[in-house]
Amino acid sequence: MKALAARRHHRAAPVVMLLLALLVTGGVYAALAPSPATAATASTADIETGKKLFQANCATCHGPDAEGSAEAPSLVGVGAAAVDFQVSTGRMPMQASGPQALAKPRQLDEEQTAALAAFVASLGSGPAIPTDEQVDAAQGDAANGMALFRTNCAMCHNAIGAGGALSAGKFAPSLLETSPRNIYQAMLTGPQSMPVFNDANITPEGKRDIIAFLEEQHAGSAGGNPLGGLGPVAEGLWAWVLGLAILIGGAVWMGAKSS
Amino acid sequence: MSENPPPNSPRSRELGRTRETAALVHADRFPDPGVPEHKPRLTDTDARAAKRAERTVTTLFVLSALGTIGSLVAYFALRPDGTVPGVRLSTLALGVTLALSLLGIGFAAVHWAKSLMSTKDYIDDRHPIATSQEDRDVAVLALKQGVEDSGIGRRGLLKGAMVGALLLFPATIAVPLISSVGGDWNVSAFRHTLWERGRRLAYDPDGRLVKAADLTIGSVAHVQPEASEEERTSHEWITEKAKAVVLLVRLNPEEIRSEQRPGSSYDGIVAYSKICTHVGCPVALYEQQTHHLLCPCHQSTFDIADGARVVFGPAKRPLPQLPITVDDEGYLVAEDDFSEPIGPSYWERLK
Repeated sequence: MKALAARRHHRAAPVVMLLLALLVTGGVYAALAPSPATAATASTADIETGKKLFQANCATCHGPDAEGSAEAPSLVGVGAAAVDFQVSTGRMPMQASGPQALAKPRQLDEEQTAALAAFVASLGSGPAIPTDEQVDAAQGDAANGMALFRTNCAMCHNAIGAGGALSAGKFAPSLLETSPRNIYQAMLTGPQSMPVFNDANITPEGKRDIIAFLEEQHAGSAGGNPLGGLGPVAEGLWAWVLGLAILIGGAVWMGAKSS
Repeated sequence: MSENPPPNSPRSRELGRTRETAALVHADRFPDPGVPEHKPRLTDTDARAAKRAERTVTTLFVLSALGTIGSLVAYFALRPDGTVPGVRLSTLALGVTLALSLLGIGFAAVHWAKSLMSTKDYIDDRHPIATSQEDRDVAVLALKQGVEDSGIGRRGLLKGAMVGALLLFPATIAVPLISSVGGDWNVSAFRHTLWERGRRLAYDPDGRLVKAADLTIGSVAHVQPEASEEERTSHEWITEKAKAVVLLVRLNPEEIRSEQRPGSSYDGIVAYSKICTHVGCPVALYEQQTHHLLCPCHQSTFDIADGARVVFGPAKRPLPQLPITVDDEGYLVAEDDFSEPIGPSYWERLK
């Protein structure tokens, strides 16, 4: 203790103290942070809160009892996974109508989303929010994930998940920033233009393998800058515009007379 | 013009004609500008500038040498370790040092030539291309002498044998070449796929069988014919699979407006060939809400709910539909092969 006290005026002391403080704050948060609630553990109070949130944020389009309308589908039986996907990525509540609902900063926080999911799940059985173990990339087989991704997903979402265009302004979004939980939920529920890939089609292990493959893409490409991973268009643009400009510049320099 | 010829004289008509091709006439009168005056460069007049240029060139050559040494160091010290960052680091180090090594030499050579080598202009007049008549006569004589000596003119049998042997020889190369591509000319192979009555549908790529009850509405499954593990690892499989791949979609039965043959679907489950009828790309971008299936190559769009009718794009025909039903155990099975050849058009398609 004496040694510590003697060094309290050392010039590194503030830095050490700051680091310690950050470490303690982070540790306490990690220990106390709320884990995402699932429909299975939802209480009646949650469902009541969820119903109120639904009336306030969703009922205009989806109807007071979530039975759907001309503009929006019925939510009976879509399950907690669909609600958590749509609300946690900010796609719902939808801000403006357009070719498709866009991802944006979420409007309902984690607790509200869980309550809303519990309410919608109480209307009819549907896919539940996946557990942390189901979406743990570390337990997946990226090689098998690649084979599944290539067959089922790559045609719309691009070979490395960089996203791509569909018809009439719709598009398959990039998956590079999507959380594993949302990827799993999207396969399970088939949001918007995306078809459903239920557990019989792609098994839960297969879905985890796909998540593992997409996580691998975060390491980037061994070949250097992938130029968006968009294939020959981006690469061709680079070669024709920059590559040719460099070649022409070199030829001009070589041909110019020295002063 | 120094002299004015009288009008209508032959000379003036000549001029009248040539006025239309004025450029030619004027080009004749251009004085030969000769070699442009030699302008000394800074390095020709200033010894210090020349010294500086020499130092620059030397530095570039030294940079190149350092690049070469660096590339050897990178080759031995930074072996790709199998991880993505490792491979990237190794490639980057090799690429940068190699570029330094080659660009150093290139830039040094160009800079040397431009700043230090002589810029004096030399004139090298053209000489006639044809060889002299004497040389030609000698050559023709030598050829004639050769023909005379070989006796080709006199020995007709020999000539025939030689020409025959030479003409026959290319067959040793041509016949195996042509016969090895012969397999691809069997166009009837395009007419049939692995699908036949009773063959079950299996998920691509793992080969699990598809149960009708497993497909929920809005589901899409990428399907290949059922086959043993051994068959699926054989050499021929990839060719057969490429023709037989199918997209399975479950729609709400009420949404199906038409089918290619009534009864081809089962309880809202429709199966269509995944090979585009335009140029054969795999069509698999399915939009659940519009029931449209897009081809990624040229944006042909097919309406799955309406017999895969072409709604947009260059494709000419709908995707062929695979007639399906379920067997006693609830698995989906094919009722028959496709009713027409899958994929793009070819000459013999309708024969």
